Amino acid sequence: MPERTLMGGNIAIAEGAILAGCGAYFGYPITPQNDLLEHMAKRMPEEDRIFLQTESELAAINMVYGAAAAGFRSMTSTSSPGFSLQQEGISYMAGSEIPAVIANIMRAGPGLGNIGGAQGDYMQCTRGGGHGDYYLITLAPSSVQDMLDYTMLAFELADKYRNPVLVMADGFLGQVVESVVIRDRVKKLPEKKWAITGAAGRPKNIINSFEMNPMDHPARIKLILQKFERMKRNEVRYEGLELEDADIVLVAYGSVARSAMTAMQKARLHKIKVGLLRPITVLPFPYQPLSDLAGRGCKFVVAEMSAGQMVEDVRIAVGNRNEIKLVNSWGGVPLTADEIFEAIDLLA
Amino acid sequence: MRKASMDGFEDMVFGKPEVMEDRPTHFCPGCGHGITQRLIGEVLDELGLQERAVCVASIGCTVTAYAYFKIDGLESAHGRAPAVATAIKRCRPELVPFTLQGDGDLASIGTAEIVHAAARGEKITVIFANNATYGMTGGQLAPTTLIGMYSSSTTGGRTVEQAGYPIRMSEMLATLDGPSYITRVSLHNPANVRKARKAIELAFRAQLAGLGLSFVEVLSMCPINWKIEPVKARQWMAENMIPQFPLGEFKCIPEVEALKKGVKG
Repeated sequence: MPERTLMGGNIAIAEGAILAGCGAYFGYPITPQNDLLEHMAKRMPEEDRIFLQTESELAAINMVYGAAAAGFRSMTSTSSPGFSLQQEGISYMAGSEIPAVIANIMRAGPGLGNIGGAQGDYMQCTRGGGHGDYYLITLAPSSVQDMLDYTMLAFELADKYRNPVLVMADGFLGQVVESVVIRDRVKKLPEKKWAITGAAGRPKNIINSFEMNPMDHPARIKLILQKFERMKRNEVRYEGLELEDADIVLVAYGSVARSAMTAMQKARLHKIKVGLLRPITVLPFPYQPLSDLAGRGCKFVVAEMSAGQMVEDVRIAVGNRNEIKLVNSWGGVPLTADEIFEAIDLLA
Repeated sequence: MRKASMDGFEDMVFGKPEVMEDRPTHFCPGCGHGITQRLIGEVLDELGLQERAVCVASIGCTVTAYAYFKIDGLESAHGRAPAVATAIKRCRPELVPFTLQGDGDLASIGTAEIVHAAARGEKITVIFANNATYGMTGGQLAPTTLIGMYSSSTTGGRTVEQAGYPIRMSEMLATLDGPSYITRVSLHNPANVRKARKAIELAFRAQLAGLGLSFVEVLSMCPINWKIEPVKARQWMAENMIPQFPLGEFKCIPEVEALKKGVKG
């Protein structure tokens, strides 16, 4: 039997990072991710790794950049307002091809908003967010097990593509406690010949995103864009439940996907053929499977804790072919299974 | 003396430091950055740090500093170089990271990062070029622009009513317990350039001794944006900047004091 333990969502991200060989963590207090930072404050020194509570989220993301440039698996965690501040640093990392992991435990915005869970950062987590032409991989866990597993996956993908990877979870998921299976530690970390380790016995390594001559810059951007094409080909992930005979497809991620599962079960009891498509990578987004379902004649219910952000990606996939209904909440208020069921019932 | 390879130079008495790349810099005529970077190069040679030093360049005219040294280097976002250097040093304590930052970078947008790196006593070296202007962007008001001084965004001269007072970073940071060495030097004449070199060497020696943050503020000319001829710019700097930014040590803990006998003249 694999080792099982009860764990909070934020703690699972921390433990997943440690299992994945994260060598340096930098963070700044912000609710609802404080227990993640506090857990790292205890665990990283136990593991003889680097922990630093920084003066701001700006400093945190730039320290992540420095540590990752030095060849360490490196991460920060924050929540929405802090994530907004970190967009500049993420753009620099994407531009200079530095792998790192950022966990955004989303709360309600805009502005200070409140500390309730929300999914209002979807756009800034999937559309680049910072300045310039670049893309990330954004993973959306929906259970505590996912928090651990996707954090480990995030480090692997970051190194595979030399690119920042986001773990995007809502505040409710961060606080939920569930049973998780502890995975094996990653034993062998990839070699990083490009890293800042001192120019001993090799030519110097330079890490930058700057080109003095504009004529030299397009080639660098082209590499980043080609990388995203590879991500789109190789890394689209989603979970499909009861899609085979579905007339109505629920699309939901994060904690809302859990409410959606309950709503789906209730609908099935009412003889409504409902399936669930849960994007695991919200970037790159699973357009193709949604498009295929649309081609089959399915209608869609998009459930999210925002004013309607992921629904735009579903529209891109479905176009005007079929009806799409949005059921949502915002402002730090959870979306219940009953509300999602009502939306299904109206469409059925 | 090293023998020059070119005919006609039998004994070279003044050459490029080994650690510096053989390429022209992008600096304007009369600029101080080239001198500062050369001094760093001399010190890296002197201390044999080519394989361990890391240049953390920042935004402004120091942005391409990594291009001029044969050492590992990276860029950092505007003002964040001390955070980047902090992480590199904590992850790889055997490396010797130094930041090169201008006054817009360090004394304006990056005040939080330098203050907290200093307060934590990070074992890094900061070389702070203060030329009282935003050089790269064309000479706007800087946090260090003198009262009455022209800038492209205060064309009638800086007024207290509009822009307040220039910041003395060395004095501010010297109130903190974390740094081991804080000094201000100037490039306005050869004697002071020699002093600047000594200060930079001491700052690197402090880091090598495992002491807290070492900080050298270098008063530096920007003739283009000051709109003063290069030679006169030096004189202008001595007469106007030094009264506002007095030269000298603001902090030198006994462990750094003890390192001074190792610094050559």
